[in-house]
Amino acid sequence: MAPSDHRRPYKRPAISDQQRRRDHSLLRQAQNRLDAQQRARCLASSILSLENPETDSVPDLDSTTGQEQSEVPPKEFDVRQASKLRGVEARRWFARQLMLPEWMIDVPDRLSRDWYVFARPAGKRCFVVSSNGATVSRLRNGSILHRFPSALPSGSRSRDASGTSQSYSIMDCIFHEPDQTYYVIDILCWRGYSLYDCSAEFRFFWLNSKLAESGACGPPSQYHRYRFSLIPVYNCDHNGLSAAYMGAVPYMKDGLLFYNKEAKYQTGNTPLALVWKDENCSQYVIDTDNQGNIPIQQQVVLELQDDGKLNTSDDPPVVFGCLDSDFVHKSGLHSGNLLRFSIGDNGLSFMEERLDKADLCYIGKSNRARAFADSYSKIVFQHMVRHSPLKMDDFLSSITSSDDQENQLNDIEMTG
Amino acid sequence: MAMEITQILLNAQAVDGGVRKHAEDNLKQFQEQNLPSFLLSLAVELANDEKPVESRKLAGLILKNTLDAKEQHRKYELVQRWLALEVAVKAQIKACLMKALSSPANDARSTASQVIAKVAGIELPLKHWPELVGTLLSNIHQLPAHTKQATLETLGYICEEVSADAVDQDHVNKILTAVVQGMNSSEASNDVRLAATRALYNALGFAQANFSNDTERDYIMRVACEATLSPEVKIRQAAFECFVAISSTYYEKLAPYIQDIFNITAKAVKEDEEPVALQAIEFWSSICDEEIDILEGYGADSSADSDIPCFYFIKQALPVLVPMLLETLLKQEEDQDQDEGAWNIAMAGGTCLGLVAQTVGDEIVPLVMPFIEGNIARPDWRQREAATYAFGSILEGPSPEKLVPIVRIALNFMLTALIKDPSNHVKDTTAWTLGRMFEFLHDSTLDSPIITPSNCQEIITVLMQSMKDVPNVAEKACGALYFLARGYEDMDPSASPLIPYFQDILQALYAVTHREDAGESRLQTAAYETLNEVVRCSTDETAPLVIQLVPHIMTELHQTLDGQKLSSDEREKQNELQGLLCGCLQVIIQKLGSSEATKYVFLQCADQMMSLFLRVFSSKSATAHEEAMLAIGALAYAVGSSFDKYMPEFYRYLESGLQNFEDYQVCTITVGVVGDLCRALEDKIFPYCDGIMTQLLKDLSSNQLHRSVKAPIFSCFGDIALAIGENFDKYLIYAMPALQSAAELSSHTLGAVDDMTDYTNSLRNGVLEAYSGIFQGFKGSPKTQLLVPYAPHVLQFLDSIYAAKDMDDMVMKTAIGVLGDLADTLGFSAAPLIQNSISSKEFLRECLSADDSMIKESAEWAKMAIDRAISF
Repeated sequence: MAPSDHRRPYKRPAISDQQRRRDHSLLRQAQNRLDAQQRARCLASSILSLENPETDSVPDLDSTTGQEQSEVPPKEFDVRQASKLRGVEARRWFARQLMLPEWMIDVPDRLSRDWYVFARPAGKRCFVVSSNGATVSRLRNGSILHRFPSALPSGSRSRDASGTSQSYSIMDCIFHEPDQTYYVIDILCWRGYSLYDCSAEFRFFWLNSKLAESGACGPPSQYHRYRFSLIPVYNCDHNGLSAAYMGAVPYMKDGLLFYNKEAKYQTGNTPLALVWKDENCSQYVIDTDNQGNIPIQQQVVLELQDDGKLNTSDDPPVVFGCLDSDFVHKSGLHSGNLLRFSIGDNGLSFMEERLDKADLCYIGKSNRARAFADSYSKIVFQHMVRHSPLKMDDFLSSITSSDDQENQLNDIEMTG
Repeated sequence: MAMEITQILLNAQAVDGGVRKHAEDNLKQFQEQNLPSFLLSLAVELANDEKPVESRKLAGLILKNTLDAKEQHRKYELVQRWLALEVAVKAQIKACLMKALSSPANDARSTASQVIAKVAGIELPLKHWPELVGTLLSNIHQLPAHTKQATLETLGYICEEVSADAVDQDHVNKILTAVVQGMNSSEASNDVRLAATRALYNALGFAQANFSNDTERDYIMRVACEATLSPEVKIRQAAFECFVAISSTYYEKLAPYIQDIFNITAKAVKEDEEPVALQAIEFWSSICDEEIDILEGYGADSSADSDIPCFYFIKQALPVLVPMLLETLLKQEEDQDQDEGAWNIAMAGGTCLGLVAQTVGDEIVPLVMPFIEGNIARPDWRQREAATYAFGSILEGPSPEKLVPIVRIALNFMLTALIKDPSNHVKDTTAWTLGRMFEFLHDSTLDSPIITPSNCQEIITVLMQSMKDVPNVAEKACGALYFLARGYEDMDPSASPLIPYFQDILQALYAVTHREDAGESRLQTAAYETLNEVVRCSTDETAPLVIQLVPHIMTELHQTLDGQKLSSDEREKQNELQGLLCGCLQVIIQKLGSSEATKYVFLQCADQMMSLFLRVFSSKSATAHEEAMLAIGALAYAVGSSFDKYMPEFYRYLESGLQNFEDYQVCTITVGVVGDLCRALEDKIFPYCDGIMTQLLKDLSSNQLHRSVKAPIFSCFGDIALAIGENFDKYLIYAMPALQSAAELSSHTLGAVDDMTDYTNSLRNGVLEAYSGIFQGFKGSPKTQLLVPYAPHVLQFLDSIYAAKDMDDMVMKTAIGVLGDLADTLGFSAAPLIQNSISSKEFLRECLSADDSMIKESAEWAKMAIDRAISF
């Protein structure tokens, strides 16, 4: 008398290893297909930037930093391409991928309506890429800070290798030494989905919903060496400003960052992200020299051009002065060199809100670690800090007055 | 008729091969020349009482085979052929068949019953033979016993053959009335009673209405109960088989009868002959199945569609049911562990006990413990084995909190018994019980582990020693080790306590595969499967040991390929071994390929490995092909684009895998491997795409290929398009219509049954993955414009599956992703279409707020892509 078929596995496990092998294969194939799809989705939107030949060229750091800055930086890029770069090339390539806030030298309009504000952690600004089972952080100059496993998508080698994923995630972070934590200030790519083209509003929303879900905010473990952490981001209204400025945070603050809600992630300097500091929210308001001392006179780094002009790193550059060719020749300087100057007693003078004159005194070549000249906004901000700083009160009053204006406008529309 | 058919039919059964062959040719010729006349003469032969019973029986069987076949497409052809016959011919054949039912020759009647059922299977659903049931039942009371028996048998076969909706309720009532009357104890003929009882078994599926009527149900149940008391053992067995069928079909109607049924099943289990007792136990196993299903439904979702309440029959019967089952455990047969096909009361009872444990959980433990304690140390091996088996049986179901303390105590005892017990039978069950402990109570999530640093070494030592025992014991020891290793899969592998023993374990398993008697009792299979599991648990630290294994396994595989002459039995064993070795290499490739460091080392053997796999394809075994194909897929994934160099040689096997209709699993797996190749080779696969696409399209249009392969083929289109990009353009005119018709077919669920919903969804998913790959593949190419004409259809498809409201999460995720892909690739040119689709509104909104993070992610992607397309 035979048993009914489903009673057969007498003293045998119900699932055969052969079935498990099949299932594992199917799982691996499905996962690989998913990865290929996601990669395609991400790559797809970066084709435009790949067609731009400048993306592939890796200009020499010393001679063309200025030109490089004047090129339109690629909006998006192909990490797979970039991951093939090694050493110096990789560093230079990655160095150009961060969005660099301008320094706030005046208060933007509609601050409370169009902007976010948050307290910037003190630490190393870096770029965190998780892909293929590893996570790598790179500093602003492109050099590697850490290579480690993390709970970010594809950020560590999972037990079941079937899912070795080629999708990747990229985050803009600040590494905060005291608590060994990566504070995420922006997100560029998540599981292969590019977010470059999305508004800051969407990117922050996405970041908030995805990061915690991934487990990356959890405490460190063997497969997750560093904790990642979100930063509270506020609408730049009265309450938000006060919270960002005075609220307690687990990290040491280094100024406030302002992000325009509509701004896409744009590599290089952008006026749609702004940084501002004062003594209350930063230890590093006034720039220090190499020894960490505050020089008596403000120092700036500018880039020498062919014609002797001294430019900032902005696009288009701002000309701060000019060296005569004899001096250039005698000092053995070349176009593209980054030169350090101090600002003399006559300081900077402005005409109709534009730089008119700068009293520059040549000090020497800048440290080789520098990749860029100072930006116009940084120089002006430092100048203002020393002479007539922009204060928190200025923001608050700007908000109040713009609120009034809004109200007024509304009134007019309603009666009109 | 030129030739006497009787003689031909007799010759076709001749001992002499030549005569037989000639007769078979004659029959074939006759059939080909004049089918109607051939069929009719067979029917006439069957009905003719003057003819020898041998020729009549064969005539009936041939007739039956012209009406039905196993393969779906063949069956369809035969049905069409029958329907195409002239009505008059069919009427004559049917008349002959009915006449044969009253033949004094039992074989002739029985064969006629089966043929009638086949014809009914074709004609009743089409209402072509409406008078059949009426004719059969017209004067059933006046019929002689043998005709009555044949009539009831015919009714039973008809019920088996046709679906319930093909028979009117009126006819169902008549059939049931006749059947139940035939079962009645007042029926004098045992043959009639047996035929009636068996007919009831088949007719139960039709009796929905009758079982809802209290009086009718009471009557049927009473007659069935009475039949269990018949002096004829076959009737008693058939009656219990009816109860088994009733337990699953009418579980919710059983409450009033369950006490009586318990009494009669208990009596049968205790006293009756084995075939009857087995069915009585099966009744309770079947009740367990029902209640486990229902309770699982409760657990999953309280608002689910489970409208059948649980009556907790098992829970209520527990105090009497468990002792009854424990009693059966002592009725083991000598050497039952050596006999693969064995099935006896002890086995059935233990199986049922395991199901009871799964049904009631913790409550069973105190009822079984006294039996275990009272028997486990007795001198009689039967008692020790029964106690061990009882323990092993209840390890799945009760909570770890309940079991772990007991298992902790039992573990040492079991380890000793596995080495010291004089009975192989006890050792076999002990090893199995250890395996069950590790399977259900050993994983990293349990708070209090049963395996600790202090007992781990002993466990492993004992299992390795037991692996040298007789084959059936060694097989179970391998199984225990399998679950021991699997329990560590989910924990941090570098902390696995197995690491220090890794080398010893690999060596021990390898030694088992080389035992002379490894072919017995599935030992070899168990050893390789355990080896696989141990490899899966390997870490960076133990990877070098796995690497060392590679040349050994390759040598083994090489040896199976030596072309010596083998008997078919030996060849079968060798093919099985090839399958196991390819499977093992596949697991190793996946494991070592997952880390850059180890991948580099084992890829040095890639050439040799590949050439071995290719040689496996010269064997005839589907299983070996399947395993080799899977291994090659894993290898391609690990090797990446340089797999290119194997393609010229591998391609023909790939193609023949795609042509393998008979072993459709091989075909499915080969389709999956094409996907692996696409991802590994990317555009380098292009030269092979003409051949692959041709074959895939052929597969799709074939009605011989199992339907489950179709969805993977569509997904594969997507893989190919993604790999070769705009070069896919030349396949669009073939692939798109195939996708469109599958899309239309699957817009709505293809049937009401659950598995049809699953199938429909798998088809949808395949089609959607194809679209996704095609859109993404063409992205950024000037040929994108070629896709514009297909966009309306794709959007319509998305809208219609959204409207159908029965897609699963997987389809939802893929579908909303396709919406994004379409927007992303076609951009502005598709913007108005997209904005007009429901998918871009309600569907997208629903997906954006989905709980499933995969759906949400795809939806967010789609939203971005659409926003971009619209604002272009």
